[in-house]
Parts: sequence; structure tokens; C-alpha cells
Amino acid sequence: MKTVRSMVLISNDPKSKANASQEVIAAFKLAIKNLELTDEVAVSTIPEIGTVRNLPLVVIFPEATVYAPVKPEDVPHLVEEHLFKGREVPNLKVKDPDTLRKIAWLTQRKGTLPAENRIVLRNVGIVDPESIDDFFAYEGGQAFATALQMTPELVVEIIKASGLRGRGGAGFPAGIKWDSVRKTPGKKKYVICNADESEPGTFKDRVIMEGDPFSIIEAMLIAAYAIGSDEGYIYIRGEYQLALDRVQIAIQQAREYGGLGKNIFGSGFDFDIHIHAGAGAYICGEETALLESIEGGRGEPRVKPPYPTTSGLWGMPTLINNVETFANIPPIVLNGAQWFKSFGTPSSPGTKVYTILGNVNNTGLIEVPMGITLREVINIYGKGIKGGQFKFAQTGGSSGSIIPASLQDTPMDFDSYRKVGVALGSGALLICNDSNCIVDSVRVLARFFQEECCGKCVPCRVGTDQVWKILTNISEGRGTMEDIAHLEWLSKGLEDFSNCGLGQTAGAPIKNMLDHFRAELEAHIKLSVCPTGVCPMS
Amino acid sequence: MEENAIPSIPTIDELKQEISLILQETKKDRESLIPILHKLTQRFGYISSQALYEISAQTSIPLAEVFSVATFYRMLPTQQRGRHVILFCESLPCHVVGGRELFQALKAELQLEPGETSKDQKWTFLTTSCLGVCNFGPVISIDGNIHGHLTPESLPEILNKYE
Repeated sequence: MKTVRSMVLISNDPKSKANASQEVIAAFKLAIKNLELTDEVAVSTIPEIGTVRNLPLVVIFPEATVYAPVKPEDVPHLVEEHLFKGREVPNLKVKDPDTLRKIAWLTQRKGTLPAENRIVLRNVGIVDPESIDDFFAYEGGQAFATALQMTPELVVEIIKASGLRGRGGAGFPAGIKWDSVRKTPGKKKYVICNADESEPGTFKDRVIMEGDPFSIIEAMLIAAYAIGSDEGYIYIRGEYQLALDRVQIAIQQAREYGGLGKNIFGSGFDFDIHIHAGAGAYICGEETALLESIEGGRGEPRVKPPYPTTSGLWGMPTLINNVETFANIPPIVLNGAQWFKSFGTPSSPGTKVYTILGNVNNTGLIEVPMGITLREVINIYGKGIKGGQFKFAQTGGSSGSIIPASLQDTPMDFDSYRKVGVALGSGALLICNDSNCIVDSVRVLARFFQEECCGKCVPCRVGTDQVWKILTNISEGRGTMEDIAHLEWLSKGLEDFSNCGLGQTAGAPIKNMLDHFRAELEAHIKLSVCPTGVCPMS
Repeated sequence: MEENAIPSIPTIDELKQEISLILQETKKDRESLIPILHKLTQRFGYISSQALYEISAQTSIPLAEVFSVATFYRMLPTQQRGRHVILFCESLPCHVVGGRELFQALKAELQLEPGETSKDQKWTFLTTSCLGVCNFGPVISIDGNIHGHLTPESLPEILNKYE
């Protein structure tokens, strides 16, 4: 696998092109070739840079030095000084403070650089996911080796001190969970990786498993050592065939290497991992439903308490963490709790992987520090709204919240969001412009819950169905004002009386709609008009 | 219609043999039930009522429980399906980027409502929740292959590739 030590990004938007950016790119390639740096330096372009003067602009990573404006004749000197000799060229660096401010995300905001400070996705796209040798070449296995030098108590203490919170959606402190399983007496304990990622709009776990499966195994080894377990499961969503294949290969290679099985690397510690493929049921991402499914039953959530930490798989103490949570473990063990706390916000340290979707110019996956705002995500990473104005965002799959435009400057971390009555969820950011109707969108979410409800408890089974029917009626012009009161009551009832997280969060989109978009909902009923023209109304 | 066009319905002997083959590799305990059902689906495309009965007989898991587990999961169909299975993602990320229009076009193109199989056994049309490829939305999956960034205009070309 080829890696480079530096990356050169050159702006190549229409305005840069008008200022000879094509010649600058060619000059860079030539100068790099002349100095025989082709294998060490990658050259890439930025097709859209926004409203920046002083173009074309060149950014050199990993230092993130910004040079602008760059002329073709400057390039040979720049390449020789910066890339060959390793010295910056002060007189070519951008001087206009306005330019620097506009692209501040490139230089000033710690941890938002694409090339810097990746924790969860550190190896994705870099290591060969089907080669354990390649994984070892990138510090793979070192965190586990470090953990083995410590006592299990110390490993748990480090995770606790790091403040890592579960990335599955609820944000429960991982260290407390580990400690609880560790302290629960039991001859047999299990470590389970919850990879049944089915939240609409979320595919971060798939990318981690497809890109870096060995790190998940390593993290599970560390967890097993810390809590005293010798057997683990990875419950992978059945639809994720490539992830299933890659994790299977990774486990096989780890076994052949002596990294899984009996007496791992001669340490006297035993641990092995089984894969369980899901069979197409959203509810199995709920931890107790997942346990039922591994045991061979219908994926119906259990009544909690007892929690899995005391009575989990086959009644044994069980540690269940999400893929992304596990992916954070090796770097924390390797670099320490203080290092981890230098990212993100005090109450939610670390980074978060988000999927950006919907009506933005650039969709995809990003890893940014906790506490970044929605406005930044949309404008910097999403490259702005596509068509129209920003209306609302839907976070964390269906069980997240609908965030109105008025909350787009709230820092995105577990506690700040909770304070304003919304949830961060599992990491999907669905950005919607003003051509979307709130009633239509909430109806689609309601349909999801109605479809995916397991049917075990009445409030959820009946409630989700009622919600969907009422919203369908409203969208077809048959709504009454009593329906709004009914929706309010159902949303509260779902939250208060449902057995598991699915039902408890199924009412959230309705509550958000009533809180922030009541006028639009009432227009459907009182005026028989869908303001955006999306709903059929007949 | 060609004679071999409809997926063949396994005979009882075939089923018995296949299930005992599967059981040679896996344990007969409750934990293995879902993996067994997965393998049968891969082999025959669906799990027939005879298959449910045979699994119960050979594993000693009560028939009612085998049935209740199989019918719980979307990927373990107990009804025969057409030669090609289309899954339309109806979750919000696909819905807001054109899924709404695509759904109408797909229904019109196939002349089917969700849950139906065409008379010539060519298509089974199902809706599904998120398939986890949202950045390519709107998406459909045909026989497990994902087709993304679809529009009502590009749909016929994709469908015509399937015999």
C-alpha cells in the first residue's frame, strides 16, 4: 500500500482556472517529478473553494500551510524549499487576513483538518483491510500489547478517565459500562460488538468494518482482557455483505497469527470471536434484542433492568459496545486519556464520525471533533445547501431529532443537544432544504417505526401505527385539529410507556414537529394546503 | 415464458438432504437456528413450509418456534419470490433526494405494488428500510446489487438489464 508524506491541494475552481491554476498544477507535477518526489508527495485539487480572493491557492499538508496567490513561476522554488528541504516559504504564504479567515477551517480550527487528527478512521483507506501484515505495519496490535503490560483495572481506569461515551446513540460513558461488567461476578463473560447498524442515513460502522476490521478485533481483545472475558461476538447487519466478508477474513488471519484463540501471543490470555450475521431487523440493534437474536430467537427487546452488564448473553455479564466506540479504544490505550480529552468538548471528548446527506452539495463521511456546529458542517463539509434554504436537519437516523434552522449554531455534543431538547443520535446528518414538507418527512419517519416495530409491547405496536395513519390522513387533506392533540398524546405515550428505545424515540420527530413547525402542520389542516406542495392533499 | 424461468421448488427429498448437510457443519442447538435459515435461503431463495417442518424435525426445535423466528426477519422469506427481487429504500435520506418520485416511477414501470410478485415471476417488489448506502441515494437493490443516484429517467435502463 502506497502512502505519501505530503499532500498538495491546489484550488481549481473556475476563478482559479482564470488565474492559471492549471499551469500551477502542471508546474507542481513537473517540479515534483524533477526532484524525484513523485512517490512521496500527492497532488490533488480543490474543485470548489468558496468566495476567496488571492486565487489560485495551495495548501500543503500535513503542515496545512496556505500559499496564495501562487503563480506558475513560483512553483519550482516552492517545491524545492517546502517539499524537498522542508522549509516554508514566508513570502509566498497568504497575507490577506480575510483569505485566512474564510478558509480558517484549514489552518486554525484544531482537529478539523482532513489530514490530521483522525482517531476512529485513522486507518480507513490507508491499511489493506485484508492483510494483517499491513495492519501491523501501521502500529496495529501495539495498543493490545500495551494493555497486556497493564493490569485489567488500569485499562478500565484509562477508558473511564478518557471520558469516552458510547457512539451508538445514547452516549453512555463507556468506562462505567466496562467497570460494571468487570465488577459483576461471573465465571463466563462476553464481549459483543454491536455492528447491526440500521439507522437510516448511518453507515459509519460499515465504513470502519470494511476499511479497518483488525482495529475492531484489537479493541475487543483489549475489552476482553479488561473485563475478564474469553469469548466475543460481532453482530453484523445481514445486508452488509462486504463488511461480513472482511471481518471474517480478519478473524481468520488473526487466528492464524495467534492473535485470537488460546494463549494469545504467549500471554496466557484466551479470547475468540464469532460472527453472527443479522437477518434484516432494525430492532436487533437494540442491545437486548441483539442478545435474543444471537441466542436464536426473535429479536424482541428484553425488559430492563437487569441490564446486559449484569445479565446479558445466556444470562452472563456482557459488555456491548458499538463499532465506533470500539474503534476509539486502541488509540486511547496507546496515547492515554489526556490525549483523547484534548479533542472535542469537556463533557463529550473525542471525535465523532458523521454521515452528511440530503440537500447539500457534498455528501459523505466526516470525522470531526465533538462540539462542531451544524452550520459549520453544512458550509464547510457539505459545501453549502443545494437548492433553496436550509430548513431542518434530521440527526442520528430515525431515532434522532429534527433540528430546525434556529438551532444550527448549537454545539453538536451529547449534553448541549440534550439541553435544547434534541438528540445527537448515531451520527447521520440529513440536511433538508425548504422544498421538503415537514409533514411528509415525519410521515416517512413514522412509516419506518411502524414497519420496524417488533410488536412485543402494545404502546409501540399500536402507537407507531396510529401515528403513521394520522399523518397519512393529514398529508391527504383529511386531517382535523383533534388529530394534533392526538399526535401530542401519542408522542408522549410512546416515550413514556414503550419498552425499548425504538418506541421511546418514535415520538421524538412528532414532538420536534409540534415544537418547531406547528404552523406548517396546521396549514395542512386549516387551509388544506401543503405549503411546499409536496403532500398530495387529496 | 421459458420453462426454466421459474425458480424450481425443491422436492421434499432435496430439502431433507440439504438440511442434514447443513446440520453436519453446524450444531443442532438453538443458537444455530438463524444461521441454518440463512443457508437455506441462500440455497433455495426462500424457506418453504416443508423446510420449516424439516428443520424442526431434525433439530428438535418446536415447529412453532422455527416459524416464529423465520417470520420475524426480513431476510428469511417464507414465501416464494420472483427471479429478481427489487428492494426500494423508503427511508428519509433517499426520500428527500428524489426517492419520492422514483417510487412512483418504479411502481408504474413494474406495474406492481410493494409486496407483489409479477405474474411472469420476473420481479418481486419490496420496500425496505435504509440499506446503508445513503450517499448514493435514491437507491434500489436488485438481487443484492445496489443501484444508486437513480432518477425516473435512468430507471428503465437498469431494469432492462435483467432478463
